[in-house]
Amino acid sequence: MAITGLFLSFFLIIHLLGNLQLLLPAEEAQLQYNSYSRLLGGNILVKLVAYVLYLCIILHTLDAIYLSYKRKKANGISYSYDRRGRASTWYSRNMMALGIIIFVFLVIHFKDFWYHYKFGELPLDANGNKDLYTLVVVAFEELWYVILYIIAILALGYHLLHGVFSAHRTIGLYHPMYNSMVQVLGVVFAVAITVGYIVIPLYLYFNLQL
Amino acid sequence: MTKTIKASIPEGPLAEKWSNYKAKARLVSPNNRKRLEVIVVGTGLAGASAAASLAEMGYNVKSFCFQDSPRRAHSVAAQGGVNAAKNYKNDGDSIYRMFYDTLKGGDFRSREANTYRLAECSANLIDQAVAQGVPFGREYGGYLRNRSFGGVQVSRTFYARGQTGQQLLLGSYQALLRQQHAGKVKLYARHEMLDVVLIEGRARGIIARNLDTGEVERHGAHSVVLATGGFGKIYYLSTLAMGCNASAIWRAHKKGAYMANPSWTQIHPTSLPQSGEHQSKLTLMSESLRNDGRIWVPKDKNETRLPVDIPEEDRDYYLERKYPSFGNLAPRDISSRAAKEQIDQGKGVGPLKNAVYLDFSRAIKEYGQEVIAERYGNLFTMYKKITGIDAYKEPMKISPAAHFSMGGLWVDYELMTSIPGLFAIGEANFSDHGANRLGANSLLQACVDGYFILPYTLQNYLADQIRIENTDINHPAFEESEKQVRTQMQNFLKAKGQKTAEEFHKELGRELYDKCGLLRSKEGLEKAVGNIRKLREEYKFNLLVPGTAGEVNSELEKAGRVSDYMELAELMCIDALHREESCGAHFRAEYQTEEGEAKRDDENFCYSAAWEWTGNPSSPILNKEPLVFETVTPTVRSYK
Amino acid sequence: MKINLKIWRQRDSQSKGEFKEYHLDEVSRDMSFLEMLDTLNIKLIKQGENPVEFDHDCREGICGQCGVMINGIAHGPLKNTTTCQLHMRSFNDGDTIYVEPFKAAAFPIVRDLKVNRSALDHIIAAGGYVSVDTGQAPEANSIPVTFEQAESAFDAAACIGCGACVASCKNSSAALFTSAKISHLAQLPQGDKETSTRVISMVNQMDEEGFGHCTNTEACQVECPEDISVLNIARMNYEYNRARVVKK
Repeated sequence: MAITGLFLSFFLIIHLLGNLQLLLPAEEAQLQYNSYSRLLGGNILVKLVAYVLYLCIILHTLDAIYLSYKRKKANGISYSYDRRGRASTWYSRNMMALGIIIFVFLVIHFKDFWYHYKFGELPLDANGNKDLYTLVVVAFEELWYVILYIIAILALGYHLLHGVFSAHRTIGLYHPMYNSMVQVLGVVFAVAITVGYIVIPLYLYFNLQL
Repeated sequence: MTKTIKASIPEGPLAEKWSNYKAKARLVSPNNRKRLEVIVVGTGLAGASAAASLAEMGYNVKSFCFQDSPRRAHSVAAQGGVNAAKNYKNDGDSIYRMFYDTLKGGDFRSREANTYRLAECSANLIDQAVAQGVPFGREYGGYLRNRSFGGVQVSRTFYARGQTGQQLLLGSYQALLRQQHAGKVKLYARHEMLDVVLIEGRARGIIARNLDTGEVERHGAHSVVLATGGFGKIYYLSTLAMGCNASAIWRAHKKGAYMANPSWTQIHPTSLPQSGEHQSKLTLMSESLRNDGRIWVPKDKNETRLPVDIPEEDRDYYLERKYPSFGNLAPRDISSRAAKEQIDQGKGVGPLKNAVYLDFSRAIKEYGQEVIAERYGNLFTMYKKITGIDAYKEPMKISPAAHFSMGGLWVDYELMTSIPGLFAIGEANFSDHGANRLGANSLLQACVDGYFILPYTLQNYLADQIRIENTDINHPAFEESEKQVRTQMQNFLKAKGQKTAEEFHKELGRELYDKCGLLRSKEGLEKAVGNIRKLREEYKFNLLVPGTAGEVNSELEKAGRVSDYMELAELMCIDALHREESCGAHFRAEYQTEEGEAKRDDENFCYSAAWEWTGNPSSPILNKEPLVFETVTPTVRSYK
Repeated sequence: MKINLKIWRQRDSQSKGEFKEYHLDEVSRDMSFLEMLDTLNIKLIKQGENPVEFDHDCREGICGQCGVMINGIAHGPLKNTTTCQLHMRSFNDGDTIYVEPFKAAAFPIVRDLKVNRSALDHIIAAGGYVSVDTGQAPEANSIPVTFEQAESAFDAAACIGCGACVASCKNSSAALFTSAKISHLAQLPQGDKETSTRVISMVNQMDEEGFGHCTNTEACQVECPEDISVLNIARMNYEYNRARVVKK
């Protein structure tokens, strides 16, 4: 769980860096983003990493299902009057629910962009690269899509808020000083990722509305 | 008829007795140990350490406790520390010094040889506990730290914050579970021993009730060890756990084991005062607090100011005044009695005027709050939880409470009771503390009995038993014992009276605390005997126990325990009545010096009273074990 | 003050349980929570009903035998406090208090509020000790342990084994309990020799007993009477991973 989670977190940074190119002025963004996408698609090393990534998503999901199963089994009969929640944060207790939102989103996300890009017919841009940029921009013209995207990213943010530091604990970081560092960095990371990912659709949406 | 009994103390000079004994004690070969079974009842420090040690040697051990886990035994609650003559402090300590302190602390009413052996084995215990991973307090350089305790002038107490008992117990509990894992110990938690079974005069098994199912079970063995602790809970309000009881040793007594000095109960000076009728127990505050805390009461009994507003000149630090050389660290019996004296004069503090102040303001000024918090932090937290008062800001209120039973089953030098094959260790026996126990000697005695003494002496007994087959639990003796136990439970259930066991217990406790507590008199004790008899009669018809015997039934458990208390209480009074002297915790109003100190009578009472059951709780037989002092001459105990 | 109680009554692990309602009119603020239950029980017995079975022994917060869910929280509203040290001054006149046993598959109910926590003993038995026989010990001061080491080991060793961590955990994990012992012994020179074998067998035993996994929600430390740190769990994970990966 921890290792796959941390790998996925790491991927989020790369993915965000790529996506931030969308914030460039439209024409520049189109060319650069498309060539970047092609670069990723063509590189054997990147492909290899991508397979690891898919594997991580699957393992992370399976592990989550296993943990929930263990939880249910270990709980036995549930409490009739339960206020245990006061001792922990809501998102740490609901990683599964947040995970499901993220997972559903991922399916849509893959279908809309990744599937189209890989297997669909896309027009080419000036440099002869598949025009993923336009696909993205068009998608974010839809308000409902932007909202869906933001909800998913918020879920992701909370998932990270607990997940990043929790993963370090599971790996075995027990020194109090490093733990408080990780705790702070974890929050910074979660906030940065959330803001970073949310800014893009908002920027595109409002930019296009203008 | 009164008999004179002997403790089979080995020959030789005091310092060599234990080595001589060990050199001559018989052994059992490892092959034979595998075939022998030992029952150990109780899993406190004594029981767990004995069971673990015996299992390590290769015996098959069955370990019983009434709690839901062996780790809950009441040794867990001991706070302050454990003594050992390591002399790490280079302050003049030695085995002899520790022996003498213990003997003197017990007002010269303990057996020289046993007390010496206790001091002799004390150093080993610290080694053993450290090896087990007990996190004792340390100096910054990494070496063990000591503090001082009541009744001594050296620092020989080792401690693990205010939870020494817990840490030592976890050490022996873990050792016990390690043997369970290895298959050498069978653990029976939530089992209460209800009888000892004797075959041909030897202890060969027990009857126990499974408290989760109500089933009555028979368990056989080659020997039975009782490590069931003390019975201070007989006073109802005490520092003991709710489940602590005398039933195991009392039922052994009724099978023929002598009960020695049962009236010698230590009343601990630093417990929290009673706050109301509903109260079920009194919480102990470790004696170690007296290292830095000063005890006082207002000079004026009509004092109305808050303690912090009372100036020095209006305070009476009565322990420092009366016992200048020991001051606040005077032994427990003396401190408790001094507190009672102040309270009886009306100078008590608190809403019920039943307490004295224990003040840390000077220590906090001297060392800073941080140091005090490091030393006693958990005690201050506990005090706040219970009373809602911050003791860093104002003094604690403390008062005396029933605590430790110096009396118990009579045992000889080998810790065997008067029933062959039945051993008693730890607080369940009477041996080492005389008429008053010094602080931090109780954990020590329990551990030393279990780790270092019983493994030798029990083996010496078992050497005879190797040819004996495993006990047949269908033997008529088991049959009869079980029947008796069942009948008794049915009688409790049948009574269908008006009062719960708890209510009877409260009444009994009050009576006993009043008349057989800190201060005893002929008149009071005689009255108490009468009242106890009446109460015992009433118990037969007016007891109310719900439910049945074949299920979880904590009321039925209590009923059995209180029933035993009713009989033991009378013996305590008879014992206190017959001893026409004052010694240690036993203070008879008629026998005191002009200054109000205990007046011993060595000519007539230099013996341990070992009472024998006759079938009638009102007419026990007094047997005497004379206390022979070969090395030490008893003196008047003075802490001035 | 007046108190309404809704108490879980259940005959044994097989039967179905339910809340039953009781009223007490004269509850003193100075009573401990268990003394309040004592009062109720005396009342019930006199009415010819079976008293509420609950676990308790030392009543000074150290034996770990007491422990119930009070208003949905292990050991009640105060943090880091056992049930026996909770006093009625923490409640208000007229309050309704829900009392349930600690629930987890590994803690079968014996009756009412009594549960069987021997699973915790089994975890200790699997390796929670230093393998030293009586009589083997070297001189105590021959193994120096620094002040900080001893204090830190003590922090972990202070666990009273009450099971509130399991009861408070949404996963019913015994990670805090198990890790406290592993961490206590791993921090001391006497205990660290066996850390690898100890951690693997204790963790395996914990799984075998049917406890869940830890997901670091940290609720356990909040309700733990001894405030045992969740960092012990990280320590356990570290020792476990190390034992699995580096040395076996």
